[in-house]
Amino acid sequence: MEFPLYKKRDVAIIGIGSSKFGERWDKSLRELAWEAAVPAVEDAGIQGRDIQLVIFGNMSGGLFVGQEHVGALIADFLGLNPTPAIRVEAACASGGVALFQGYLAVASGLYDVVAVGGIEKMTDVPSDRATLALTGAMDSEWEAYFGATFPGLYALIAQRYMYEYKLSRETLAEVAVKNHYHGSMNPLAHFQFKTSVERVISSPLVADPLRRDDCCPISDGASCMILVPADKARKYTDTPVYIKACTVASDKLALFEREDIVTLKATVEASRNAYRIAKLSPTDIDVVEAHDCFTIAEIIALEDLGFVRKGEAGRLYEEGETYVGGKLPVNTDGGLKAGGHAVGATGIKQVVELVKQLRGEAERGRQVSNAEYGLAQNVGGSGATVVVTIVGR
Amino acid sequence: MGVPFHWRRRKERYRLIGSRCEVCGKVFFPRREVCPNCRRRGRIVDVELSGRGKVYSYTVIRVPSEGFEYYAPYIVAIVELEDGVRIMSQIVDCNPEDVYIGMPVEVCFRRIISQGDKGIISYGFKFRPLDETWVKYYEEEAKVRVSEAQV
Repeated sequence: MEFPLYKKRDVAIIGIGSSKFGERWDKSLRELAWEAAVPAVEDAGIQGRDIQLVIFGNMSGGLFVGQEHVGALIADFLGLNPTPAIRVEAACASGGVALFQGYLAVASGLYDVVAVGGIEKMTDVPSDRATLALTGAMDSEWEAYFGATFPGLYALIAQRYMYEYKLSRETLAEVAVKNHYHGSMNPLAHFQFKTSVERVISSPLVADPLRRDDCCPISDGASCMILVPADKARKYTDTPVYIKACTVASDKLALFEREDIVTLKATVEASRNAYRIAKLSPTDIDVVEAHDCFTIAEIIALEDLGFVRKGEAGRLYEEGETYVGGKLPVNTDGGLKAGGHAVGATGIKQVVELVKQLRGEAERGRQVSNAEYGLAQNVGGSGATVVVTIVGR
Repeated sequence: MGVPFHWRRRKERYRLIGSRCEVCGKVFFPRREVCPNCRRRGRIVDVELSGRGKVYSYTVIRVPSEGFEYYAPYIVAIVELEDGVRIMSQIVDCNPEDVYIGMPVEVCFRRIISQGDKGIISYGFKFRPLDETWVKYYEEEAKVRVSEAQV
């Protein structure tokens, strides 16, 4: 397919906001939306009534808190009625597709000020219930039915990857160690402590070879951004960040039906289209937000995004190049592993972090110096939906 | 899930029936209504899969989702069948430490899950290690088939 099919306007991000991620026993779904949206509106220097359209990503309000109709709920609780408000869903890529929808709304010329967000409240149910809700992102008739779990699917990927490319257990653990290191400097992160390879590889097995500390946590959280046309961005802010590309690709829902399970074809497809639209190449990217729901996911993401060849990402971790200060800083907010994975919020949270990095507003120790372009990869399920967003100053 | 959810999948789950596109020859499991390669030009027919194959990748589930507590720890694998199609299933009659990539396996019929005291007990396929003597038998059988085809 040729891109762009038709693009009327460029799009800028003028305001960002995120709630604290974690086990937020003090806040309900609607209150988390408030905690993310208010800073975004204040950061953009607009009034709530300036917002013309609200789009929120949310995976499963129904199974996590018994609440559907989340779009209207958010507009109501933010005091934005009668502004149109929509909830979109693509499992863990719900936030990413919310951004994609908002991008379309502004780029097409239909709306001038759009609030896009992502939200999930996951800790109101016991963890086996949450696990069950998350299995809804896989093929319910042919994967979940036979007892597969989400860590199980990524474990199948990890087992095959380690078999084909001889990745060591210690190198895999380095992903979590690095993300915890970055998370320890992020006041909004779910886990703000460091860990070690020894600790990761001695944590209990969840689905061989993945252990507890290979898995991202179950988190509550919300993130929000304000989008406007690029040519009007300077009216609102001196530090607009531009969306250079936002692409979505799909793949077979069931992992076992794909020809190759150690690559996410949707990541390859979405990122190649994104580079082409943005007229950039992987070497231009200064900071990456990769979807590290499990340690193995970050390894294959860096390969599928074109930063290294297949089977070679392990070396980046052995040489420490994915830390802030390295050649390719990845997940500078702690990623999903330490930053937290409130599934519907993640796709927005990632881009909020990129905007912070590009503006130079990240906390000391985790600020990438002089970052010009950032890339976020948001994965739904085991890779059936992938959203890739490239932002630039 | 109710009775129809299981009933309408009885062919696939009880007899391992998949689909084959008569135009491109590709085999699919689960069955498909349309061939993704040939789309409307394709012709989809039912095909019974051999039920023998090799472990392509595996994991041992230690933290099960709701309803599978009874089986944990259990092996979940992607099995590559002789028909060239892959399938997800549990591996049974095998210790978690004995499974490996490339292990020959064959299909068997087992209980999948029972839903509480009053719910449905649903059945379907799982896979078990293929005995070495059977591996030899199947290899011989395949040779005979090839030589017969040449005659």
